[in-house]
Amino acid sequence: MTFTKTFVASAALSLAAGATFADGHMANEMTIVSWGGAYSASQLNAYHTPYAAKTGVTILNDDSSSTAVARLRAMNEANNITWDVVDVEAGPAMQLCDEGLAMVIDPDTMLAPAPDGTSAADDFGDMLVSECFIPQIVYSTTFGYRTDLVGSTAPTSVCDVFDTVAYPGKRSLFSVPINTMEWALLCDGVAKADIYDVLETPEGQDQALAKLDTIKDDVIWVSSGADTPQLLADGEVVMGATYNGRLFALIEEQKQPVAMIWDGQVMDLDGWIIPTGLSPERQARALDYIMFATDTQRLADQAKWISYGPARASSAPLVGKHADLGIDMGPHMPTAPENLERAFLMNYSFWADYRDDLDAKFQTWLAK
Amino acid sequence: MSALTVISRKPLSFVLSSMAILGALAGLLVGMGLKFAILGLIFGAVLSVGLSFVAICLLDNEKRSRWGLLAFWLVLGFFFFGLAGGLVGILWGWFFGWFVFWLFEGRYRARLHPYLTSRQVLWHFTFRVICGAIFTYLITPILVVMPLSFNAQDFFTFTPEMLQFDPAGYSLKHYRDFFNNNEWQRSFKNSLIIAPISTIISVSLGTLAAIGLSQRHVPFKRLIMALLISPMIVPLIISATGMFFFYATVGNFLENSLGVDKNFVGYIKVILAHSVLGIPFVIITVTATLVGFDNSLTQAAANMGADPVTTFFRVQMPLILPGVISGGLFAFITSFDEVVVIMFVGSASQKTLPWQMFIGLREQISPTILAVATILVVLSIMLLTTLELLRRRSEKLRGLSPA
Amino acid sequence: MTVSTKTDQILSADGMPLKKSLGRALRHQKRRALMLVAPLLIFIFVAFIMPIVSMLFRSVENDIVVNTLPQTVMALQSWNAETEELPDEDVYAAFAADIKLAAETKTHTKVGLRLNYEQAGIASLFKKTARKVKKWDIESDGPFKEKFIGVHKNWGKIEIWRTLKVHSSRYTSGYFLNAIDMRKTAGGPKAQPEDKQILLLLFQRTIIMSLVITGSCILLGYPVAWLLANVPLRKANLLLILVLLPFWTSLLVRTSAWKVMLQQQGVINDLLVQLGMVSDGARLVMINNQTGTIVAMTHILLPFMILPMYSVMQTIPPTYLRAAKSLGATDWTAFWRVYFPQSVPGIGAGSILVFILAIGYYITPEIVGGTKGVFISNRIAYSILKSLNWGLGAALATILLVAVLILYWAYDKMVGIDNVKLGG
Repeated sequence: MTFTKTFVASAALSLAAGATFADGHMANEMTIVSWGGAYSASQLNAYHTPYAAKTGVTILNDDSSSTAVARLRAMNEANNITWDVVDVEAGPAMQLCDEGLAMVIDPDTMLAPAPDGTSAADDFGDMLVSECFIPQIVYSTTFGYRTDLVGSTAPTSVCDVFDTVAYPGKRSLFSVPINTMEWALLCDGVAKADIYDVLETPEGQDQALAKLDTIKDDVIWVSSGADTPQLLADGEVVMGATYNGRLFALIEEQKQPVAMIWDGQVMDLDGWIIPTGLSPERQARALDYIMFATDTQRLADQAKWISYGPARASSAPLVGKHADLGIDMGPHMPTAPENLERAFLMNYSFWADYRDDLDAKFQTWLAK
Repeated sequence: MSALTVISRKPLSFVLSSMAILGALAGLLVGMGLKFAILGLIFGAVLSVGLSFVAICLLDNEKRSRWGLLAFWLVLGFFFFGLAGGLVGILWGWFFGWFVFWLFEGRYRARLHPYLTSRQVLWHFTFRVICGAIFTYLITPILVVMPLSFNAQDFFTFTPEMLQFDPAGYSLKHYRDFFNNNEWQRSFKNSLIIAPISTIISVSLGTLAAIGLSQRHVPFKRLIMALLISPMIVPLIISATGMFFFYATVGNFLENSLGVDKNFVGYIKVILAHSVLGIPFVIITVTATLVGFDNSLTQAAANMGADPVTTFFRVQMPLILPGVISGGLFAFITSFDEVVVIMFVGSASQKTLPWQMFIGLREQISPTILAVATILVVLSIMLLTTLELLRRRSEKLRGLSPA
Repeated sequence: MTVSTKTDQILSADGMPLKKSLGRALRHQKRRALMLVAPLLIFIFVAFIMPIVSMLFRSVENDIVVNTLPQTVMALQSWNAETEELPDEDVYAAFAADIKLAAETKTHTKVGLRLNYEQAGIASLFKKTARKVKKWDIESDGPFKEKFIGVHKNWGKIEIWRTLKVHSSRYTSGYFLNAIDMRKTAGGPKAQPEDKQILLLLFQRTIIMSLVITGSCILLGYPVAWLLANVPLRKANLLLILVLLPFWTSLLVRTSAWKVMLQQQGVINDLLVQLGMVSDGARLVMINNQTGTIVAMTHILLPFMILPMYSVMQTIPPTYLRAAKSLGATDWTAFWRVYFPQSVPGIGAGSILVFILAIGYYITPEIVGGTKGVFISNRIAYSILKSLNWGLGAALATILLVAVLILYWAYDKMVGIDNVKLGG
């Protein structure tokens, strides 16, 4: 009896709650999944707010991108897709596409052409790495260092991370093999072009781990992009790996005594996918949103709030100044010519094959 | 307990030797910071004995002595270490004066049984000091969080400005963020809806079942118990995925076949999932309380003509209430602090506070979560204090003396 | 609702045999107890046990291979995986037909991913191959053996076919073998290569660290619970607030707070350096290792120890101790022989609570544990959220679950969840 009473009461309460938040916009609501933090804020400013103003759609943010693939797979199995548009990195996007969890998007009919009439396919060019994935930004994983803790000669190369004599102190690295093993090989004398061929062989993997062994005791292993900025701000590490946008915020917005190394930056893409299995009207709305959010102006706008490079060629010239700080954002983009020349491109298909295998080895190595 | 213990003044030798130990320890601590540990130890002991002697024998007036000691330490601290030293000096001087007379007048015995030996008295106070240390361990992380939530910077770091008490190092911006940011507000409201309702469900079902389980003859008792506490045993991530599939099916059925509102279904899913997670805590704590429950009481009640419901509410319930309340607390906090299952079972419109905090921690380390924590701590202090005051008031009204 | 059991005593007057009547009373009691338990049991069963069992079932489920490549699996049956010879043409032909069909429904990548857990490289092999096979005509384009090897040299490698055959059964022990650092091969279970053996180590570490955490919780919790139970209620309630405060503070916040305190530039190290106990160059490393995990998790789980202990100690009359002492027992004997046994149910409830919670935690170890302080749950979470190897995740979880159940059973045998030790 108590049970039924409570149950009815709770049901009534939650009904009231549901009604409060639904605001009567039920049918005109879409859920967009992204990463949260400053990145979601830049999307809110550049895409969501203008789109909502234009169409009257209520956009609900779900900051779950870090587990998007697992959850999309579960949603697909349960036939209960609650997301409309999802922001993921290129690698996971390719996996989603292969598994049939993301729909194919035709750039020529479903995306806006550049203002000068160039088709979207040409405008995005090489960035369209998967037929299901519309890239927004180019970001990179790179190193920042404490200017006051590195002594008189500032580090200039990614290999300075491995030099504990010249730069004593802790450094932070992501506790995943991706990027870390490439950097190790690069700094062990393997040519950029050969890295993935070497990493395919057990000997190459051992070589990378042996190189990492030399700094193992000086590393704080981190798991999220927010960790290194915090460690740098604390002075807990002298240098550390994170995303370039976070380092920009740390240096320019929060005025910390930190500088960054562009050398050896590993570039990656981040962009939209639309899950398969949406109802026709939800799918149409999602496509409409993507067409709006990936046009030339919108992509250039995003760079006003965060230092990630727009994925469209035609957006690059439109990148202006930071919305609050008034800094010219061009040179802070990973795609800026002087930064680009020292970049390193990640091989997605290599990691699709070897991630589990190398991760098991890497974690075993870490645990020993 | 026993205010009857007669206290008497203690011999000077006892007081002075105790004070010597205290002074030596304090001197050692200060000395180590200044790199002359042994000197500090000796100097501390001598100074402490001297001051105690002056206070007790020469001034011979407790009030005057204690003020004098306070002033002495204040001046000494200020002279050597500036403003901060002066502050520490006041605190230390107050403690010093209180401690001297606490020992000298034998006040430490006042609340104890008169027949205790001095070893027992020493153990009594050592034990309290140990407990004090454990309480410090429990509370320090929270004390650390509070000032950090006023940080002017966006990091979990005590900046040099903060340590110098420079107003520029402090700001209310993280509080403003919490109150102005829609996401935080929405998740706070969601938590306030989801946690209490799932607690009520777990407590009512759990208590009932615990009482059933504590009966003398329950078939398959072990198995049932194991099943009931299984939500606690299964790693959360497995529960999360498993429950996701189940609740997705339930949700699909409610939405598509019965046409129930999507948001409403979302809340039902999360509430049910959280009440499942809370149940083991209720079962375990209530069962533990029932172990000490005297069953002849219910039999007596039945004998006197009470029906089972009356027996339950009038006899059993008051006795097991502490267990039920602590089980309820566990269940509440399980839901209020749960971040794994909600991320699977809930959707964006059911985002709760811990979920939002998790994002705040993962995606950008933002002290807003510290501001939220501080607000919650203050709220819970207020809540718990109010409850305690109300309890005392009702005790007074009923004419009961505090136990 | 109930017939009072008191009627039993006067029943012989009814002429009903005592045994029968007692039996009826017993049945009645049982039914009553079950009725109290039933609503919750049904709720838990439907809303938790069934979903979890179906999730755990994934640890043996392996029908994706045979469902996607039915003809190949059939054809492979006649091939002996232990020989050094490649399968015949009919296997390749069957595979061509299967993979063409699978490519049309996009299921080939799922099989590829499944087999990639066993042998790195298969995922992209399937992807590349399917792209080519799509254009083939199964009826007329044979023979396929050479064609496949032409598409990718790996199709001429015996290892690929072995993997395919070994993992083609509908149910597999492969995930469980993986979970204990072994793997399924054509020649039976074998140990994983040494550089991939990590899971047993993690299991061991999880158990040991959880025990340490439980132990420190008992050590720290017992005095506090005793104090709470033995000071006047007013004081106890105020002190209880101190216990509850951390409990009310989010787990994430407390974990971050420990980070702020324990790190090398953190509060504790700063304080020690200020006091001169530690030199600035030799700051203590207390985080990103096992110490960090133990300190933070003990703090987080301590209320789970104190509260059950307190609720049990509250029911122990203080007069017992005084009685023991007045009968000549020393303080220690009185405590150890009289008080402690009565508080055991509290320690038991608290310990099992803390141990089980500790074993399943993964967020705190993830944040403060570094590489040597992580638990098996971190690996489960990784399998489920990152590598999407749900089979392995389920197998790990099943093992963990069985371990906990054994422990629970042992605890029940030794201490007894309903062990009444009260005399009165």
